[in-house]
Amino acid sequence: MQLLTLMVVLLLLTMFGYRLGRSRALASASGNPRLLHSLPSYHGYYVALWCGLPAVFILAAWLALEPSILHGMIMASLPADLQGLSEERLALVYNEVRNVARYGHVPSLPAVGDAAQHYNNIRTTMFFSVAAASLALAVAALAYAHRRIHADLRARNRVEAAVKVFLVAASTMAIFTTIGIVMSLLFESLRFFQSVSLFDFLFGVQWSPQMAIRSDQVGSSGAFGAVPLFAGTLLISGIAMLVAVPLGLLSAIYMSEYAAPKFRAVVKPLLEVLAGIPTVVYGFFAALTVAPFIRDVGHQVGLTVASESALAAGLVMGIMIIPFVSSLSDDVINAVPQSLREGAYGLGATKSETIRQVVIPAALPGIVGGVLLAASRAIGETMIVVMAAGLAANLTANPLEAVTTVTTQIVTLLVGDQEFDSPKTLAAFALGLVLFTVTLALNVVALHIVNKYREKYD
Amino acid sequence: MVERTAVISPTQAAAGRLKQRYAAERRFKALGISAIALALGFLAMLLVTILGNGLTAFVQTNVRLDVTLDAETLGVDAVNPSADALGAANYGQVIKNAMYKAFPAVEGRAERRQLAALVSSGADVSLRKVLVANPGLLGTTQSIWLTADDDVDMAMKGHVSRQAGAEGNRLTDNQLAWLDQLEQRGDVAKKFNTALFTTGDSREPEQAGLWGAVVGSFFSLSITLLVCFPLGVATSVYLEEFAPKNRWTDLIEVNINNLAAVPSVVFGLLGLAIFLNFFGFPRSAPLVGGLVLALISLPTIIIAGRAAMKAVPPSIREAALGLGASKLQMVTDHVLPLSMPGILTGTILGMAHALGETAPLLMIGMVAFIVDIPASPLDPSAVLPVQVYLWADSPERAFVERTSAAIMVLLFFLAMMNVAAILLRKKFERRW
Amino acid sequence: MNANTASPSQADRRLAKVSARDVNVFYGQKHALKHVDLDIRANDVTALIGPSGCGKSTFLRCINRMNDLIENAQVTGSLNLDGDDIYDRNIDVVQLRARIGMVFQKPNPFPKSIYDNVAYGPRIHGMARDQAELDEIVMGSLEKAGLLAEVKDRLEETGTGLSGGQQQRLCIARAIAVAPEVILMDEPCSALDPIATAKVEELIDELRENFTIVIVTHSMQQAARVSQRTAFFHLGELVEVGDTEQIFTNPQHPLTQGYITGRFG
Ligand SMILES: Nc1ncnc2c1ncn2[C@@H]1O[C@H](COP(=O)(O)OP(=O)(O)O)[C@@H](O)[C@H]1O
Ligand SMILES: [Mg+2]
Repeated sequence: MQLLTLMVVLLLLTMFGYRLGRSRALASASGNPRLLHSLPSYHGYYVALWCGLPAVFILAAWLALEPSILHGMIMASLPADLQGLSEERLALVYNEVRNVARYGHVPSLPAVGDAAQHYNNIRTTMFFSVAAASLALAVAALAYAHRRIHADLRARNRVEAAVKVFLVAASTMAIFTTIGIVMSLLFESLRFFQSVSLFDFLFGVQWSPQMAIRSDQVGSSGAFGAVPLFAGTLLISGIAMLVAVPLGLLSAIYMSEYAAPKFRAVVKPLLEVLAGIPTVVYGFFAALTVAPFIRDVGHQVGLTVASESALAAGLVMGIMIIPFVSSLSDDVINAVPQSLREGAYGLGATKSETIRQVVIPAALPGIVGGVLLAASRAIGETMIVVMAAGLAANLTANPLEAVTTVTTQIVTLLVGDQEFDSPKTLAAFALGLVLFTVTLALNVVALHIVNKYREKYD
Repeated sequence: MVERTAVISPTQAAAGRLKQRYAAERRFKALGISAIALALGFLAMLLVTILGNGLTAFVQTNVRLDVTLDAETLGVDAVNPSADALGAANYGQVIKNAMYKAFPAVEGRAERRQLAALVSSGADVSLRKVLVANPGLLGTTQSIWLTADDDVDMAMKGHVSRQAGAEGNRLTDNQLAWLDQLEQRGDVAKKFNTALFTTGDSREPEQAGLWGAVVGSFFSLSITLLVCFPLGVATSVYLEEFAPKNRWTDLIEVNINNLAAVPSVVFGLLGLAIFLNFFGFPRSAPLVGGLVLALISLPTIIIAGRAAMKAVPPSIREAALGLGASKLQMVTDHVLPLSMPGILTGTILGMAHALGETAPLLMIGMVAFIVDIPASPLDPSAVLPVQVYLWADSPERAFVERTSAAIMVLLFFLAMMNVAAILLRKKFERRW
Repeated sequence: MNANTASPSQADRRLAKVSARDVNVFYGQKHALKHVDLDIRANDVTALIGPSGCGKSTFLRCINRMNDLIENAQVTGSLNLDGDDIYDRNIDVVQLRARIGMVFQKPNPFPKSIYDNVAYGPRIHGMARDQAELDEIVMGSLEKAGLLAEVKDRLEETGTGLSGGQQQRLCIARAIAVAPEVILMDEPCSALDPIATAKVEELIDELRENFTIVIVTHSMQQAARVSQRTAFFHLGELVEVGDTEQIFTNPQHPLTQGYITGRFG
């Protein structure tokens, strides 16, 4: 609330700066804007930027740093008996302090109540000093910029330079995101590999992270062997691809080569609806309808089917990916030049002969690229498998059994009560690193193939 | 030299061959149609399942009781009760008494407990609302509709059989008999399920609502939009209009394309490591959810923005520059206004995608059980898809119905956003 | 078979390999070809000339019903091949196109090996009983297309790797491998350099012995060099048709005269 007030005050100050800049510029040109180097409004922006930017920087820095500063100061002020607690307990205590301070919960220890009091005091003091600092800076900068306004000031160039800096900064966001992903995955994974060897992780066939909670078993080799996860992921994505590739490809072919425009206009958006449905909905449907259906059918013909079979999850995932495959194939098929089709028709080939023997072979590289992209989608898909595939890390190729996947385990390891820094939690990051690497590699290869293909027919 | 007559006047063999080729043609075409039919059939099945399971959740079984709002039982001053006292009064006992009065024959603690269980344990809250709004009712007997328990609700809606002991039926013989009596007296009815749209989560299905999740989704998406839109537009402008063609911009482009394909669960890990563990932002807060979703949607918006700007013909740019506009003026005065419909369409679609995103939000703790409606983006909160996930995980039969209803609400919002995007595109579509 | 009493006589029509009567083509509202009557004699090269957009390709594509592939195209009138109506409902397009082959403006080899390119037609039409026979057809066609010497050591390489002129001759080989009676060529040399053009022209002259050829060309010299008959189109109408010699030395119609002498086009 206080923060909001401060921001409104800053905003008003900035708007005031704009008007001030404008009118001073006009005044310095005795009311004739043509004598100015830049339009009066640029002078206004110039002053407004000077006024607003430094203050906003201070505020942003404070917002980002406040939690860690508070944490450090509160921790230091805790009584000695509390300070001696284990790190995890300390984290819980700190959490309680925050809840007491912010939401008025009842403290369980008097020391916590005191700390909460202290927390609020520091917070208020800090806020008011930051607010005062940013306001003072804003006013000072406003005065400085205001004094610099005169007819020859190249206000437009200054403002544009500032905007350009913003544009460049924004465009680096993508790079920082990637760096952030890589750093956080690598950093936590390295800590994981201090207690579990990389080899055991990549090639071990025993996955039972729960056991590792007991201290005598932490990092015991075999408990973090991820092979069953990799196998399960491959099995489910494989089933999904078996569903999605033929169905997606055939529908794309029918749409682009056979369908009347009216049919296409109706059916294409309908197919795209499949892509717009959130995956959590597919997961619910898989668990509620498809998995029991498959299990019942299996029982009818005398097969034992797990109630969370890989088949059910894979099937539903495959349906979800159909529009993805079909729209990629559609692009690729449409890129095949008409002259090739005419060549085949001119020889007396039927439509399906032309498609199967000329169009598809010509489009094959592009289709392969699209399939790789779809595979990377399937491997990274999370909610369907979390809801419809099991947690049992079976090493099997039987689609009727329950398997677990990399993404399922990442979610399970991190959801619910977690102890930070335990190998169990860190394992999620190691799995994430594997997932990121594999999907990235698939994407790079696929995009390369698709681009090569595009160039060929451009 | 080739046999020519074979083609000019088809021999028997050639005619047979032709027949085969046309059969193959028909088979191929049928294959294509069946692929489409299969995909659409699945879509229909999914929607029918959701509708079939979820439509009934929009009504809720209520039971009418003659409730005596007697001051002594409530534990408040009969003459001039304070508002605080009315707020904290013992409404549960009043409801129980009303129940016993409706079935005077029922005796014994166990039986009476079963009887009281027909009404939702949250019915006292609605009764409190009645009395707090109108304290004059104190001491009178009112005929009031109260929310029934979820087991009653399921039996009344036919989701579980009313045969005692049937699968999924958790009501006892006695309870079923009482229910029959109530029904004969006309004291059971289905009313619009207001709780679903006004309350937060609850362990009791009949009290569980979506409002908390809707507000949470709204806060999250607002943060996402606030972060994503300026950054996305700025990046598109830079890459399309200003960036020199060099290694650095190539790197940015490759990055954007790859980020678009990174599994969303990885973004969840990023949010956990950076926003929660490093910056110490609060867990389960829409602020963090919104930031993570912003990182996920950013590539989509950039790609849409660049496509929209590419569609603006170079002649417009040349005309602007030729008149002496600066490059930035050319962008703000011509390129951006002309490409804005395309950018907005892309943004809406990106937001729609973000609205359905679940996995990364689980990583940053948005799966907690949260009853309160969040008041700010810093309060712990659920979002719609996570609410779907949580309810789907709950064992009670009534939650299947509510999960489906939650999905319908989610799909409704998604459909609205998509329609908005389509209308926008239609309205401003421009062919150069 | 409607008894049309337009200029070419019934007798002519019986001689003709392909004969068109009152052919009209509409692309949606656009009337692209207007009342064309034209006979194409067997074992002649007939050149279609005229300014661009006048409907030459449109007429050519009527002959093997390639216009069927264009959604809004509508053809009226009658076209006969050896007296059979090309647009008859009982005629099978696939078979028709085996009898009337086509070579396109831009070489369009399939992204397959040279051998497979040529073998494609015979394969789909089941023209060879065994591999040896297929080899014979492929080699014979390449030979006739004058390409065999250049490619006989690299039959397994892809057809798209050849030079433009070689690609076009490959497309011609591909067309004649099906043993059509008529070959339609739509500006087959417009994407080729002069040397490659000369080779293709030479080839056309040789092919005349076995095939009836209709060629659309932009170049008057080419028409004069390769054809025996020439038809001049203007704005969708057939203005004049006659022996090439006569058209180029003594055109009857002022429009033809203007075009030949280069006053427009
Ligand atoms: N697919 C089509 N749709 C609409 N109009 C067409 C189509 N193909 C050709 N046309 C029009 O028909 C006329 C004749 O075209 P065409 O036969 O290709 O001429 P050309 O003599 O240059 O080969 C032209 O005006 C052209 O614009
Ligand atoms: Mg043409």
